[in-house]
Amino acid sequence: MNTQNTTDKNTVIQLTDVSKWFGDFQALDTVSLNVQLGERVVICGPSGSGKSTLIRCINRLEAHEKGTIIVNGHELNNDKNNVIAARNEIGMVFQHFNLFPHLSVLENLTLGLTRVRKFQKTEAEQIAMQYLERVNIAEQSHKLPNQLSGGQQQRVAIARSLCMEPRIMLFDEPTSALDPEMISEVLDVMVELAETGMTMICVTHEMGFARKVADTMVFMDTGQIIERSAPEQFFTEPESQRCQQFLKQILQH
Amino acid sequence: MSHRTQKIPFSSSATKLIRLSVILMMVGLLSGCKDVNWGWYVVSPFTNTGQTNLQFLLGGLWNTVLLSFTAIVISVFIGLVVALPSLSTNKHWRMVNRVYVEAIRAIPILVLILWVYYGLPVVAGIQINVFWAGVVALALSDSAFQAEIFRAGIQSIDKGQTEASHSINLNYPDTLRFVILPQAIRRVLPALGNQLVYMLKMSSLVSIIGMQELTRRANELVVTEYRPLEIYTVLVLEYLVLILIVSAFVRRLEKKMGANVSA
Ligand SMILES: Nc1ncnc2c1ncn2[C@@H]1O[C@H](COP(=O)(O)OP(=O)(O)OP(=O)(O)O)[C@@H](O)[C@H]1O
Ligand SMILES: [Mg+2]
Repeated sequence: MNTQNTTDKNTVIQLTDVSKWFGDFQALDTVSLNVQLGERVVICGPSGSGKSTLIRCINRLEAHEKGTIIVNGHELNNDKNNVIAARNEIGMVFQHFNLFPHLSVLENLTLGLTRVRKFQKTEAEQIAMQYLERVNIAEQSHKLPNQLSGGQQQRVAIARSLCMEPRIMLFDEPTSALDPEMISEVLDVMVELAETGMTMICVTHEMGFARKVADTMVFMDTGQIIERSAPEQFFTEPESQRCQQFLKQILQH
Repeated sequence: MSHRTQKIPFSSSATKLIRLSVILMMVGLLSGCKDVNWGWYVVSPFTNTGQTNLQFLLGGLWNTVLLSFTAIVISVFIGLVVALPSLSTNKHWRMVNRVYVEAIRAIPILVLILWVYYGLPVVAGIQINVFWAGVVALALSDSAFQAEIFRAGIQSIDKGQTEASHSINLNYPDTLRFVILPQAIRRVLPALGNQLVYMLKMSSLVSIIGMQELTRRANELVVTEYRPLEIYTVLVLEYLVLILIVSAFVRRLEKKMGANVSA
């Protein structure tokens, strides 16, 4: 098994023996994972295996209970400043978009730019429009989120994260709440993002996307990383039984 | 979509409602009690005494309105401040919220009015006039309910909203101010409207300490005219009309704000 986990100055995310419980239930079981600058990691695994919990721990939407997580030199612990520093480096895209429904598309982006990055309003709007153009949605900037299709909303959510200029992007099943015909417009944006060299960790079952962009495939089950390998090996000869089964199921249709 | 298309014809619908209810009440009163010796002259707009009396009664309107609105503004503010600790993960903060809400909710409004007016000056050594005693008592009593309304409203907002705010590093006060509260307030607007109506009615209790509002004026007129039935009927109508107007305004505000988000 290729669990080689090298650390060097290019390591931007470093998880060491991370464990997390919800009550008595162990959602993460001594997970270790290093991610290099510019690396694209795709995580898959059955429902309830801890994929969301893992990436939510990386920007501390969940607090882990054992082990260490270091993001770009900032260790995630009870020190709020470290968490803020880490979140400055990380953008996150959610399964259900989580756009702010009472704000226009443009305001969804400018809120962070003005309140966190401290830009003036006009400057923030210029920056926001650049990012909206990048995800091909600039002409909808005055609309409210619920006036857009799911695919458009998810692209706005991506732009909202990107405009904060993170170095790392986390995606938690960004296309699984979308109608089939909208999936590709979101994946296209993600592929383009990958081509810019962004460090990405994506939880997704879109294996076509994974083949195209992943440097590293991770398979999780029961809160553990079962397999971690390059895509060529992962898709052709996965080592574990569970991973083989999972891939067979998922690639059937 | 423009807001123009969503204008609500307030005046016509509200006046219709008011007219209808007035007629219904009159018919009910007159048909049910044929052998009552009515003396409508005391409040008739067509006689001199009637006009003077009506003017005297209506003279309490401004105080009722001012009292209620001042109290509701303060109680909304206190309610919001008291609601915040209930959202804390720290159980001591949550306890602060519980104790306040339970304690204030347990005091009858009338008792609170009497205590604030006669008790507070002694305890705190401050002179407080009738108006402010009324405002303080009404606002305190209402704030416990406001706190519960805000807590429910804030808790009803999807936690994905907070997570998205965290993920872009928005701090807690900004998250509340720009993300959570604007959505929560829209959601609790009907409940806030209820409280406003309730406040208008409860302000009648401040008459007990001599506040010259609608109810006090009616009571004083009854003492000189000996016509309680007619005068209190006018009083009922005064509250009815006032509250119908306020309700219509609240509904209009709801529609206007709700038009933005249909979440
Ligand atoms: N806040 C929570 N409280 C209690 N249990 C939780 C909580 N969040 C997750 N869990 C549990 O932890 C386990 C892992 O959840 P997680 O969401 O990480 O799975 P997942 O791999 O993302 O699954 P899916 O593919 O369904 O999204 C699940 O069994 C889930 O029920
Ligand atoms: Mg998940």
